[in-house]
Amino acid sequence: MATSTTSARLGEGRGGPPAKRGGDGTGRRRGALLHRLDVKGAPYAFVAPFFVVFAAFSFYPLVYTSWISLHRVELATLDVMEWVAFDNYVELWNDSRFWNALGNTITIGVISTVPQLLMALGLAHLLNYRMRGSLFFRVASLVPYATSVGAAALVFTMLFERDFGMINWALGAVGLDPVDWEADKWPAQIAISTIVIWRWTGYNALLYLAAMQAIPADRYEAAAIDGASRWKQFTHVTVPGIRSTIVFTIVLSTIGATQLFGEPLIFGQGPNGVAGGADNQYQTLGLLLYEEGWKNYQMGRSATVAWAMFLLLVLVFVVQRLIRRLRVTRTS
Amino acid sequence: MATVHRSTRARTVTALAAAGALTLLAGCSGSDDSVTGGGKKDGKVVITMGMYGVMGFEETGLLEQYEKENPDVDIKAEIAGDEQTYYTALQTRLAAGKGLKDIQGIEIGRAKEIVDTQAGRFADFSDVAGTDHFLPWKQSQITTEDGKVLGLGTDIGPMAVCYRKDYFEQAGLPTDRDEVAKLWEGDWKKYVEVGRTFEKDFKGGDVAYMDAASGLFNAMVYGYPEQYYNADGELIYDKNPAVKEAWNLAADAAEAGLTAKLRQFQPGWDPGLANGTFATAVCPAWMLGHIGEKAGEANKGKWDVAKAPKGANWGGSFLGVVEQSPVKEEAKKLVAWLTAPEQQAHIFREQGSVPSSQKALESPEVKKVTSEYFDNAPIGEIFGAAAQEIPDKQVLGRKDGTIKDIFSQGLTLIEQQGTARDEAWQTTAERIEKAVG
Repeated sequence: MATSTTSARLGEGRGGPPAKRGGDGTGRRRGALLHRLDVKGAPYAFVAPFFVVFAAFSFYPLVYTSWISLHRVELATLDVMEWVAFDNYVELWNDSRFWNALGNTITIGVISTVPQLLMALGLAHLLNYRMRGSLFFRVASLVPYATSVGAAALVFTMLFERDFGMINWALGAVGLDPVDWEADKWPAQIAISTIVIWRWTGYNALLYLAAMQAIPADRYEAAAIDGASRWKQFTHVTVPGIRSTIVFTIVLSTIGATQLFGEPLIFGQGPNGVAGGADNQYQTLGLLLYEEGWKNYQMGRSATVAWAMFLLLVLVFVVQRLIRRLRVTRTS
Repeated sequence: MATVHRSTRARTVTALAAAGALTLLAGCSGSDDSVTGGGKKDGKVVITMGMYGVMGFEETGLLEQYEKENPDVDIKAEIAGDEQTYYTALQTRLAAGKGLKDIQGIEIGRAKEIVDTQAGRFADFSDVAGTDHFLPWKQSQITTEDGKVLGLGTDIGPMAVCYRKDYFEQAGLPTDRDEVAKLWEGDWKKYVEVGRTFEKDFKGGDVAYMDAASGLFNAMVYGYPEQYYNADGELIYDKNPAVKEAWNLAADAAEAGLTAKLRQFQPGWDPGLANGTFATAVCPAWMLGHIGEKAGEANKGKWDVAKAPKGANWGGSFLGVVEQSPVKEEAKKLVAWLTAPEQQAHIFREQGSVPSSQKALESPEVKKVTSEYFDNAPIGEIFGAAAQEIPDKQVLGRKDGTIKDIFSQGLTLIEQQGTARDEAWQTTAERIEKAVG
């Protein structure tokens, strides 16, 4: 497709059939060559930086990581690599820590993504109304996103602290027992999800808001004339109107949830952060990767986890596409 | 059509060649960098140092003093807060041969790994005169089998027990440091027994006897010449009766609810010190500074130090010089000076890090040091005596630091999750297998 259009344009650029070219001077030919270079070469020149950077910083590491994952190699002695073929993968498959981390990644992912997107939707709907100081609220909703993971996680860690944290203090004030947020599985996962929700809700809300503002106002008017309530308008006009944005945020959040790392690491602090709690109760796949690489210094096994995560994401999207195709064929 | 194809390919080749050249250029400029950051500039010798935590050289003004005495030397120190982060970076840099400092700090838990895997990358100190004043076991920890000395010792970690006088009084226990030491003299079991009495008789609210089971565990394990590895470098933690004994006693304390269920040096521990949620902490000498700082002015004089039931060494560091340093000799001279008896005594006086120099330990000026914060406890005497009780052989293993952390987490399982001790041991063993295997 692309070649046919360029060659068609190329024909125009030559200024006529090739037979005529013989009599023209070399100047004309050089001009044609430059023009050809410009038309044909420029696009490649423009996209080249991306591909060079991609090759150097994404593709090469990807390939090299897969190479490392087939070896037994330690960080201190990176030059000594022992070929083990797929042993690392087999070991990972049989490793209870991997399945535990996968389970945690999914549960933390669900309890952070679902409320986050629902809240973002609601927030966007509210921001979409005409009101005073809407700009202020829009900027305010983006502030958590601008905060660094480190700072946010550190503050939340202090809030969730067992003995002197503000949240347990508040629970105590209303007569409830304090919760050991770090040591117990579900409280720890909820606490980590809180950090994620806090950081990303505003960001998603702004994405939704941008999409909502592209919905023509007459649809709402029509719906209002038909007697639809605000809620009906929301479910029948707004949500279908921003469907593609919702899919986009789900994709983004899934990737983010799979790679969740900074929040649990800082929430646990020290050795517990790396291990995702004394009982690995909130160790995510990202943390497992880090533990293998930067605490056990086993780069081969660390690389294996990295590849497992990558394959997992591919799998998720393949399954999602399959489901969508099935649905489409069924409806048609 | 054919021409189009050819020219496309030609351009692709050109683009790739350009990219290649770019990469080469980047590579060249990288290798031009001075590898250690140090060197000779404008007639001055620049020496770079990489350290972690509070090693005391910068904090007590020793680096400044050296610069004053040697006007042609300029020292640039970079201090990482956390040793784990520091060591990971050091390993990466050693592997890459880039970004190293002329002088690098080495924590005791990493010493064996350095000796085993990085001996070629550190300079030899065996030819430096006047460095025969160290405790023999300290020096042997950083010496390779063929006699190469990869660094010089800074501090060591002899053990004591820090306790709250006021809480002991409320529990009807003696408060004088000599009498307190007598309560548990010779046996850590007695220390736990005192805890049971404390827990029963204390009338003053929600105060635990000790901060964390892991503190007790470390103090016990480090009292033996062999801990997790034997002298041949084999992993013996599961067969070593010393480890099992320490594990069981620490588990006893945890199950009896004698601990505040904290994790040392992690969130919760500091506010615990400030608010006085526990009455004792097994404290290596270097922990005193931390306790004083975090417990704060309000608790000054309430804390005291008593002799530990048994001698042990928990922690301590070395300073090594990187082989490829352009100012190797100057850096070695600086390290020898920083670890000389006078300077070690100075750091002990200012900050409480106990000297690894036998000569400094025996000097009267170290012996007479007291700690104002800990009710004028004679820490020079207490830790000086404790240092002599450390077993003369201290076998280190390659993954000591990692294994110590895994054991602490195993005890946390018992303390916080209520896991049965056998199950927690099983989990710990599996994790060690994964970490070192």
